[in-house]
Amino acid sequence: MEKSVVFNNKLLPYLLLVPQLIITFVFFYWPASQAVLQSFKREDAFGLTSEFVGLENYQSLFAQPEYYKSMLTTVIFSSLVAALSLSIALLFATQADKNLKAAGTYKTLMIWPYAVAPAVAGVLWIFMFHPSLGTLARPLRWMNFDWNPLLNGNHAMILVVMAAVWKQISYNFLFFLAGLQSIPKSVLEAGAIDGAGPMRRFWTIVFPLLSPTTFFLLVVNVVYVFFDTFGIIDAVTGGGPAGATTTMVYKVFADGRLGGDLGGSAAQSVVLMVIVIALTAVQFKYVERKVQY
Amino acid sequence: MAFRQFGVAASVTVALALATPAYAVTEIQWWHAMTGGNNDIVNKLAEDFNASQSDYKVVPTFKGSYPDTMNAGIAAFRAGTAPHIIQVFEVGTATMMSATGAIKPVYQLMKDANEPFDPKAYLPAITGYYSTSKGDMLSFPFNSSSTVMWINNDELKKAGIAEIPKTWPEVFDAAKKLKAAGHTTCGFSNAWASWVHIEQFSAWHNVPIGSKANGLDGFDTVLTFNSPLHVKHLQNLMDLQKDKTYDYAGRANASENRFASGECAIFLTSSGYYATAKSTAKFDFTSAPMPYYPDAAGAPQNSIIGGASLWVMGGKKPEEYKGVAKFFTFLSDTNRQADLHQKSGYLPITKAAYEKTKADGFYEKNPVLQTPLKELTNKEPTENSRGLRFGNMVQMRDLWAEELEAALAGKKTAQEALDAAVARGNAMLRTFEKTAK
Repeated sequence: MEKSVVFNNKLLPYLLLVPQLIITFVFFYWPASQAVLQSFKREDAFGLTSEFVGLENYQSLFAQPEYYKSMLTTVIFSSLVAALSLSIALLFATQADKNLKAAGTYKTLMIWPYAVAPAVAGVLWIFMFHPSLGTLARPLRWMNFDWNPLLNGNHAMILVVMAAVWKQISYNFLFFLAGLQSIPKSVLEAGAIDGAGPMRRFWTIVFPLLSPTTFFLLVVNVVYVFFDTFGIIDAVTGGGPAGATTTMVYKVFADGRLGGDLGGSAAQSVVLMVIVIALTAVQFKYVERKVQY
Repeated sequence: MAFRQFGVAASVTVALALATPAYAVTEIQWWHAMTGGNNDIVNKLAEDFNASQSDYKVVPTFKGSYPDTMNAGIAAFRAGTAPHIIQVFEVGTATMMSATGAIKPVYQLMKDANEPFDPKAYLPAITGYYSTSKGDMLSFPFNSSSTVMWINNDELKKAGIAEIPKTWPEVFDAAKKLKAAGHTTCGFSNAWASWVHIEQFSAWHNVPIGSKANGLDGFDTVLTFNSPLHVKHLQNLMDLQKDKTYDYAGRANASENRFASGECAIFLTSSGYYATAKSTAKFDFTSAPMPYYPDAAGAPQNSIIGGASLWVMGGKKPEEYKGVAKFFTFLSDTNRQADLHQKSGYLPITKAAYEKTKADGFYEKNPVLQTPLKELTNKEPTENSRGLRFGNMVQMRDLWAEELEAALAGKKTAQEALDAAVARGNAMLRTFEKTAK
C-alpha cells in the first residue's frame, strides 16, 4: 500500500487558495467581465448617458474594413516580433553562456533595455530614425536611401518591429541563459567525445533540452506583442502612416482613449481576449506536445 | 540630544501644519497642457493671481499633451475627482459642449458669481469658436493661434525668390526653386496635416468642411470636404511629394524643427510656434498669411483659430465657482492680456488688448505676431469660416491624416482618399450623434 499524508482539515486547502483566487478575480475576471458588459453598451466619454445596444458595437466593428486590416497587421507584426526577439535572444544567450572575460558586464548590459518603459523605448527609436531629425536616418538619406516611415508603411512597420524586439530581447535573453545554464555539462561533453561539432551539439542536445523554456517564452511573447506594444506604437508611429502600424490592441487604445468610444473599444478588447485565449489554448494543445520536459 | 530636540520640533511643526486649516483659502485646481516657456507663463499667472488676493488659491498642474490632459479630465470626472478648470484644445470643443452636466458654461458661471462680464469685449473671431449659436460663451479662450506660413528669408534670397509667395501656385514655384538651390529633401512642408490642409484650407477658401456651418449649428452635420477644390489641392501635393518638392512631415508638430534647422525654408504651422522659432532658428525669418488658389472665388476668406480654452467642470461648490470667475476676470485684464500676447505669441483675446498692443507700436517691431490676427479678421466670417464643431474630432483628425498619408504614399487617388476620409468621418459623427443629446 502506498503511504500518503492526509490533511483532515477540509477548510485548509481553500484557505491556501484564497489569495491566488482573489488576485485572479480582481485583476482578471472582474475587469474582463466589465469589458464584456461595456461592449454591449453605448456611452459618451463622460459616462453621462449609457444605453444598452446589444450586439450593435460588434456589428459596426465587423463592418469596418479597417478592422480586418488591423488583424492582418497584427499577424505580421506579432510573428515578426516574436520570431526575431526569440531567435536573437537565443543567439545572444548562447554567446553569453561561453567562458567570456567580461561575461558579467555583458549580461547586465543585455538585461537593461527591459527596464525601459515602452513609451520611452519608442521615443528613443524615433530620435534615431525620424526621417529628418534622426541621428541614424540622416546617413541613410545621404546614401540616397529614401527612408520615410512617415509615409512608407513598410518603413514604419520595420521601425516599430525593431523597437518592440529590442525591448523584448532582454527578457527572453534572461530566460534562455538560465535554461542554458541548467543543461548538464556532462551531456554536452559526452556529445563532444562522440565527435559531434558545436552546431550538431546545439541542435541535437541543447535545443531540445531548452524546449520548455522556448515554449514558455513563446506563450509569453505572444501575449506581449498582442497586449503590451501599443505604448511603443503610440510613441513611434501613432498607428500610421495610413493605418499601416495599427494593430488590434492599438486600435482598442485609439478608439477608446482618443475617440472616446468606450463601447466599440470594449467590443474590440473582448474580441482580442478571445483570440489570445484561443491562441494560448492551441499552443498548449499542439506545440506543447513537442516539448521535452 | 540636539537631534532628538530637532525631531520633536519638526513633528510638532508638521502636526500644527496639518491641523491648521489654511485660513479658509479655497483651492482651485487648474489642469493644463502647456510645456516649456508657456508652462512658466501658466505658473506665473497663478502666482500673480494668488498674490493679488487672499481668498482663493489657483493650483496649476501639468497633465501632459492636449489629448492626455483632456482624457485625464474625463477620467477624473468619471471618478468624481475632476479639477475646477481644465484646458482643452479646440478640437475637443464638441465633446466638452455635449457633456451637459459635466461642465459649467462660462457665461452662466460669470452670471452666478456676479462678476462683471461683457462678451462683446472679446474678439469674436476667437470667442465664436467657443460659443453657442446664440452667442453664449461656453468656455474661456486661453491660448489661441492660427495657421501661418513661416518663411526663411535667407534661403529664399539665396534661391533667387524676390517676393514671399502669396498663392499656392507661387508657393509651388518657390519650392521648386528652393529644391534646385539645394533643398533636395524639402521644398516646403507643414505640421498638423489635417488642420492645415483640410480645416484651415477650407475656411481660407470659403468652402465648407461639413454641413450645418461646419457643425456649429447641430450635431447632425455631414462632412463635405471632398469637393473639386480639395481634390485639386491634394493632387498638387501628391505630384510634388514624388520628388520631395513637398515633403509630408507628420500629423502633429514634431517636425517643426525642420524649419528651424533650415531644411524646409517654407513651413506652414501654428502661429504659436513663434516662441520656439525665436529661440531656435539662427536665420532671418518671418511669417506670412496662408497661400490660396487665386481662381477660387472669394479666397482668401478668413482663417479659423486653433489652440485651447479653459472649461469649468460641473458639480463644484458656489464659493469655488466664485473664485474661478474672479480668476477669469483677472485673466481678461487688458494689460495682462497684452503682456501675455506679446510674450507667448498667442493671440490676445480682448479687443482692448489688441488695440493696446497696436497703440504701443509693438507690431511695427514684430510684424510676425500680427499675421494670424490679420488672417482671422481678413473678412467678415461666413458659414464656412466661423469655426468648426465635430464630435470625436480628436480621433477624426488622425483619421483624416491617415487618408492624406494613403494618397501621398501613392496608395489611393486624391478623390478616393478624400471620399474615404469623408465616409469614415461621417460614420464617426453618427456614432457621436447617438451619444450626444
